[in-house]
Amino acid sequence: MNPSDYVAEHVLGLPRSGIRDFFAIVSEMPQAISLGIGEPDFVTPWKIRESAIFALERGKTSYTDNRGLFSLRKEISSYVERHFGPTYDPRSEILVTVGVSEAIDVALRALLNPGDKVLYHEPCYVSYAPSISLAFGEAIAVGTNPDDFFALDPDAFVQAWEPGCKVLMLNFPTNPTGGTADRAKLEKLAKFAVERDLIVISDEIYAELTYEGEHLSIASFPGMQERTIFLHGFSKAFAMTGFRVGFACGPDWLIDAMMKIHQYCMMCAPILSQEAALEALRNGSDDVARMRDQYAKRRDFIVRRFNEMGFDCHLPRGSFYAFPSVSSCTGLDEVEFCHRLLREAEVAVVPGTAFGAHGKGHVRASFSTSFERLVEATDRMERFVDQARIEDRAIPAAG
Amino acid sequence: MSDLLSTILETADPRPEVLSKILGRSREEVEAEIQDLRDQGTLLGWMPLLDPAKSESDQVRAVIEVRITPEREGGFDRLANRISKFEEVEACHLMSGGYDLLVIVRGKNLHAVASFVSERLATIEGVLSTATHFLLRSYKEHGRLLGNESENTEKPAVSA
Repeated sequence: MNPSDYVAEHVLGLPRSGIRDFFAIVSEMPQAISLGIGEPDFVTPWKIRESAIFALERGKTSYTDNRGLFSLRKEISSYVERHFGPTYDPRSEILVTVGVSEAIDVALRALLNPGDKVLYHEPCYVSYAPSISLAFGEAIAVGTNPDDFFALDPDAFVQAWEPGCKVLMLNFPTNPTGGTADRAKLEKLAKFAVERDLIVISDEIYAELTYEGEHLSIASFPGMQERTIFLHGFSKAFAMTGFRVGFACGPDWLIDAMMKIHQYCMMCAPILSQEAALEALRNGSDDVARMRDQYAKRRDFIVRRFNEMGFDCHLPRGSFYAFPSVSSCTGLDEVEFCHRLLREAEVAVVPGTAFGAHGKGHVRASFSTSFERLVEATDRMERFVDQARIEDRAIPAAG
Repeated sequence: MSDLLSTILETADPRPEVLSKILGRSREEVEAEIQDLRDQGTLLGWMPLLDPAKSESDQVRAVIEVRITPEREGGFDRLANRISKFEEVEACHLMSGGYDLLVIVRGKNLHAVASFVSERLATIEGVLSTATHFLLRSYKEHGRLLGNESENTEKPAVSA
């Protein structure tokens, strides 16, 4: 059978994920050290796991309210107010989802008519552009600048705006660059969003993993709560990726629209994950602080080592990824660098272009792994880079 | 706690060449600080962490609750120090509650531990009573789970 006769055109047209291709190769090399993992190396804190077990023992195996457990929504409301500022009504302005990924999908489908345009910054999380396409929107990528640590660049959004733009998608701190957004830039962007009547989808999943300065949510700026869908979840800060639980906060009319889709496609997030999330919000802050401290030390180490090797690597201000430029130092493009590094040094990092064209020349290296492995991985990389540099010099000489 | 100490605790790797890499300091600097910590008595030494079930099947351990008589001017210290000096004693702690000292003793078999308690420990002047509990199995040692936390082999090697 010919797939193009059956598979929907907009799905056929989606490019394969660059990460997927790389995953297939790394999976065949169990001895490789992977710095390509986009999730915490920590196991979910025991108290959180134990609360899920306890819920199971008590027979909590049912559906929940489509919006999520009310007790969890109340706790989310309080947590968001404490950490991010805005107040959301747990009865009507919060929706518990199956991870932030579902929340992004549902938000886009709730907002976009075919052809509506969405501005988003790049390099970015791999699902943004495909999610926009799957919602029949048109994705407009706005590059962030390595010279500015890949921070939010409101002027670039202003310049990229065109008629038909309806939504602005943000992810600060950013996967894969660790870029953040300061007050002045957020203020400027908020003004632009109001002037252009844009709805903002703000994915703040890495907020707790901010190492420099204070994380600020765009939803907390004047006039923004009414036009922002604030997305957050438990995967990164609480090391709960496998629980698949996140949430969306926004004005009731928007949450209602998202609910219409969520109730038919997902019904509700798994109750055991919601119980675990409740424990995480009530008693998990010490664990978050402990993990953040360890990430911060590893970040300082890996960035210093990358710069010692000759990479140009900024200090990521958030998330658990370093995003060094590797091409100028080795003469290799990012894809070739990753393939050769894996083959010759058995270290996996992800090509920056897997996160959009603006990642050219860069690779993403996760420091969500133990010091033991980081030390060994960077030693191997250093030997590889030294060799590649010698070859790079030899080629023009020979020519 | 210094960066060096917290890194040693986190990595459990005492090699100065590794620590100097992690901390971005010269090997000489790291060695000097380790020496300072030793001289101050903060860093007492290194110990391998073993799974008792796999490494010492010919040894037994017992937890002993010891009641002693406190002494004028010395309190519990003189007796506690005296008990701690036996090489069979692995740890000795002053406790609140129904007894005074919690003593962990190691021996090559049950008989050896029983002999130590009855002939050495219980006969010390000032020891009022002992209650001995033999350890049957250990599940966690020095903050580390022993064998029941399986590695997640399904975790993808690369993910978004």
